[in-house]
Amino acid sequence: MNKDWPIWEIFIRSKNGLDHRHAGSLHAADAEMAIQNARDVYTRRQEGVSVWVVESKHITASNPEKSGELFEPAKDKVYRHPTFYNLPDELKHM
Amino acid sequence: MENISIKLEEEFQARIDRGENIEAKDWMPEKYRKTHIRQISQHAHSEVVGMLPEGNWISRAPSLRRKVALLAKVQDEAGHGLYLYSAAETLGISRDELVEQLLDGTAKYSSIFNYPTLTWADMGAVGWLVDGAAIINQVMLTKTSYGPYARAMVRICKEESFHQRQGYEIMLALANGTEAQKHMAQDALNRFWWPSLMMFGPRDEDSPNTEQSMKWKIKKKTNDELRQQFVDQTVPQAEILGLTIPDPDLKWNDDKGGYDFGEIDWAEFWDVVKGNGPCNRKRMEDRNNAWDNGAWVREAALVHAKKQAERKVSKIA
Repeated sequence: MNKDWPIWEIFIRSKNGLDHRHAGSLHAADAEMAIQNARDVYTRRQEGVSVWVVESKHITASNPEKSGELFEPAKDKVYRHPTFYNLPDELKHM
Repeated sequence: MENISIKLEEEFQARIDRGENIEAKDWMPEKYRKTHIRQISQHAHSEVVGMLPEGNWISRAPSLRRKVALLAKVQDEAGHGLYLYSAAETLGISRDELVEQLLDGTAKYSSIFNYPTLTWADMGAVGWLVDGAAIINQVMLTKTSYGPYARAMVRICKEESFHQRQGYEIMLALANGTEAQKHMAQDALNRFWWPSLMMFGPRDEDSPNTEQSMKWKIKKKTNDELRQQFVDQTVPQAEILGLTIPDPDLKWNDDKGGYDFGEIDWAEFWDVVKGNGPCNRKRMEDRNNAWDNGAWVREAALVHAKKQAERKVSKIA
């Protein structure tokens, strides 16, 4: 049996109204212990009001070598930004 | 094949030169990976072993206020060790391997923790000087090129400043106390001053890794630059305490705008690195005992987790 506890990724909501954000990772035997450990490791100074834990092996990450084909198509679509449109300065509320 | 790897290395260096961070899944030269595993794990081990000399005083802290602060500081250090182990693990080494390297002595930790903490004043000196020196190094590392390491450092630096302040407050109380207390504070400074200067490592000309580390932006300042910064900021702090830094050669140098200071005892430095410091054996023994005595807990937790998971499945079925 592998004696290393599995790795979990920890997501913390710092206060209601904000998203959970990735805080880091840690080892724990199960999800319940991962939440306990996350409390001790990542919220010692009231950094959170809610924790999500996900075992790292369940996360699929994009391949950095394919970043070009994934993300570059958005690069030349400047018309998706409001500043692309030329409007007179005196125009208000837009 | 060789051409491809040269091209990859050139592209990698160009990214570093542009100030980009390198992330876990990005291509990196094997030596960059290995250097980081060594440096980050060494840093993690230092946090973990660093709990021992202070843990020594938790039960004997002179007041509840001092006790909760010291306890919180030692708990932070456990946390810092964990952030750093996680950062090292992103480079493809397991936690068990990392721990094993510490326990069998193949990995190093900061030599400062091989000095004993003999009096309560040492808790002051450790917070003020040892954490002070560590912070200088760690602030630099928040800008290091490897993303997971840099992020761990940002978190650590935020928490570390209370460590130094609590240490200085202990020194301040003792330095303004009775003659015996003042003497105790001076004695702690005398014993921790030189080992603190040693924390920045060998002189630049004796540090063969510095050049490559600067090129890869693992480090942004050399050992001697960081050491100078530490001396310059610490001398005025000693003056406020009314304590004397144990270096007869310490003198303000107007031309360089910093202090000149005496030569470190490099024979002692290398001796402690090689394992012959006053507490090397004790520290390793304590870590090994903690690991061995905790083995049944780690195993039991896994078995419990497995049982709970099976019970859940059988309930659904």
